[in-house]
Amino acid sequence: MHLLKYNWSNLSRNAWNNRQELIAAGQTTRRDLLKLGLLTGSGLLIAKEGLSSRTAHAGGIASPVTRSFVQPLPISPIKRPLANGINSLFPLPTIEPNNAGGEGRTRAHQAFVNYPDKFQLTSPALKVFEIKQKESWSRMSPDLPLQRGWGFDGLVPGPTYYAKYGEQMLVRNRNMLPADNGGFGIQRVSTHLHNAHNPSESDGFPYDFFPNPQNPLTANATFYDHHYPNVLAGFSSTHAPDGDIRESLGTLWYHDHSAGYTAQNTYKGLSGMYILYNHLDNGNENDPTGYRLPGVRSTTDFYANVSYDIPLMLCDRVFNPSTGQLYFDLFERDGILGDKFLVNGAIQPYLMTKPRRYRFRLADGGPSRFYQLFLTDKGSNTAIPFWIISNDGNLLPKPIKVTSVPLSVAERRDIVIDFKPWAGKTLYLENRLVQSNGRGPDENLGSALSLKAPGTGDFIMQFKVETAAVADNSINFETTPNVRFYDLPEVSTTPVVTRNFRFGRFNSMWTVNEKLFPDDENTVNFRVRKNSAEVWTLQNNSGGWMHPVHTHVEEFQLVKRNGVPVVAGSIDQARKDVMWLGHGELHTLAFRFRDFTGRYPMHCHNPIPEDHAMMLRFDIDDSGDTNSEP
Amino acid sequence: MTSLTRRSLLAMAGAAPLAGLATSVSTPSGWLNVSPRELIRKQYFPDVTLKTHLGKSVRLYEDLIKDKFVVINFMLVNCVDGTCPITTYNLKMVRDLLKDRVGKDIFMYSITLDPERDSPEALKVYAEVHGAGPGWTYLRAGVRETALLRRSLGFSDRDPKADANTSNHLTMVRFGNEPRQVWGATSGLISPRSMAKSILSADWPNAPKPLLAPAPDEYRIRRPPTPAPQ
Repeated sequence: MHLLKYNWSNLSRNAWNNRQELIAAGQTTRRDLLKLGLLTGSGLLIAKEGLSSRTAHAGGIASPVTRSFVQPLPISPIKRPLANGINSLFPLPTIEPNNAGGEGRTRAHQAFVNYPDKFQLTSPALKVFEIKQKESWSRMSPDLPLQRGWGFDGLVPGPTYYAKYGEQMLVRNRNMLPADNGGFGIQRVSTHLHNAHNPSESDGFPYDFFPNPQNPLTANATFYDHHYPNVLAGFSSTHAPDGDIRESLGTLWYHDHSAGYTAQNTYKGLSGMYILYNHLDNGNENDPTGYRLPGVRSTTDFYANVSYDIPLMLCDRVFNPSTGQLYFDLFERDGILGDKFLVNGAIQPYLMTKPRRYRFRLADGGPSRFYQLFLTDKGSNTAIPFWIISNDGNLLPKPIKVTSVPLSVAERRDIVIDFKPWAGKTLYLENRLVQSNGRGPDENLGSALSLKAPGTGDFIMQFKVETAAVADNSINFETTPNVRFYDLPEVSTTPVVTRNFRFGRFNSMWTVNEKLFPDDENTVNFRVRKNSAEVWTLQNNSGGWMHPVHTHVEEFQLVKRNGVPVVAGSIDQARKDVMWLGHGELHTLAFRFRDFTGRYPMHCHNPIPEDHAMMLRFDIDDSGDTNSEP
Repeated sequence: MTSLTRRSLLAMAGAAPLAGLATSVSTPSGWLNVSPRELIRKQYFPDVTLKTHLGKSVRLYEDLIKDKFVVINFMLVNCVDGTCPITTYNLKMVRDLLKDRVGKDIFMYSITLDPERDSPEALKVYAEVHGAGPGWTYLRAGVRETALLRRSLGFSDRDPKADANTSNHLTMVRFGNEPRQVWGATSGLISPRSMAKSILSADWPNAPKPLLAPAPDEYRIRRPPTPAPQ
């Protein structure tokens, strides 16, 4: 955990920042501000919900005013498989890339080739999906015009996948993006399933985008088949044949990862959630053999929305004040900070909540916003306790009671809130982290993060708790002693190699170990031996930036934070895929690389540095190397 | 102020039309219908006149960017840290990789950060020494206009100290296809082949595919063969 300090002087600083912003936005006089009801007689800006939390900078604009909590929380539909399996698709899916038929893939589906006993393309059990990247028209606020963007199946965010361990999937991506991009975004795509233990060719590697004009085989590609094995890590080595249950994943998300354009394309709407269940974490609180986490599912339809188990994808955005349309600063280099907070695609929505326990799957959809989220009762500004049950979507060894939860770009946290004591009340999800630009949250001296005073943060969404009692068979952490989920897999004491990565900056360009990031998909920075264990240290030397560093293919465990061993029972003691790398921080991570081979990236998930090449490629193969400073 | 609408705010704001703030939510039909292309032009391409290294006066948007696929960087002849010659050298390799398309439908612009010292004549010599060739124009604006251009084209730094260091503006190469509204950036210090591939992401959708020949030795930073002229 970061050390958190309340800094009351931030209140006045924020007010000043907000005022500067309004002035920059054209409201130049004190009288205007008074008229808008934004300035008190004493000259302080009123901490108004939804008021911009972004400070003014060159080229920065402020969104139009929108009302808060006037639209319900959108909940994405669940993606349904095709009725006739692979026979529903034309052309039929193939193991080798079907470039002649218009596919953008460049490598064979390795799981079908290497593990034919476990995975078969022709298996009737294979669940087959088709998803289309296309133009979307969405209502982000009743006070804004319909937003023209891009979405999976035309939805922002896209539909939610429900997946099950042991039930492999094939997803056909069809690129149907229009020729006119509406001002930003590029019509070449590579969909990354974030956190999945997936084969390289189905990972959504940034340079696997299609169509690719530079590759004669995929220059006119219109689709790409992803094979998602939904298999536990270790299935082919340490824990044959089904993998290590302790490596179970839960809350994943998918998003466009097109090299150089990830920021534009995800900002435009190309992202969605992917929920992975197993027999224990099964979305069914009525099943006594499972973990009984909040969730009630249909007994007949796996693809019906599970009640009380709700993904919350947090994003921030800016809207052009004259056209009301989504605004993206094409030439911003630091990371983009929005002044409107969206949950599941709607600005500051409300949720009609039953007085019972809920599981929320928080995901930071970016682009550059970090959060420290509190549950607030406005009357008393109480920091209401709730439970964290996952880090990066993977269940912790046990639930942890907290009063706030940190979330950096691309991270996920599952939380459980009990609304029963709050029947008839209205609660809020409040972000109190101070962040003035896209480089990362503000820091005070002594590297403590700045927090806004209770009740003065950004109110991101509202829970209107109803009064009528409902059934709740979910496990009650307050009254059930010693609740345990999966233990953590042991960390290897004999890693093949310890690799050090120093993230730096030179002449406005990103470097790693004092070398420029190569920005070339053909450069393999280091090679990892399949089925081996490694230790990596990540160090941030880039002064002024924080980096949420994301690694593909398999989880890591944080071993040491700034040299200090992780405390047992903290949320740091977890399996993760995003490491929040603060100023000057150095973290030690333990990895395993099992089952699959091929190319994967490690990169900063603040998409602006990412698109400006803060990315390394590593390949998993049968030999690996021992380069300690790639 | 009571009669302020988005429209009049826009008119008042003049050169910075995006800087209006909606004063009311009760006029949902009052949204302006401005094309994204026009918004991009207004925000990023101020109506600045520049001089080319051949002495011709040109306007930023009308003459250099409108309807074109462009590559833009900043440089200065008296580069103190050696980054400009490397970027320039790499850009020349990029031009060679893009072959005859440069000057035909791809245009390269190098704008001096040091207009006081970099006269059109100095730029002409620099262009000749580095083999700029047709389709690659060196440009100079007034001192104030240069600062404005640097900011509006996104070559500035939020941190004033970093912004004062010219070395921080010399390595990024911006590219874009104006009518297609595709804009991106790459580094001037990576392999020219990677730069060219990155730049071609903004290519016309139906352009003949310019396949870049493999050049394995290009995956490292190249040093210029001769020192920059003083």
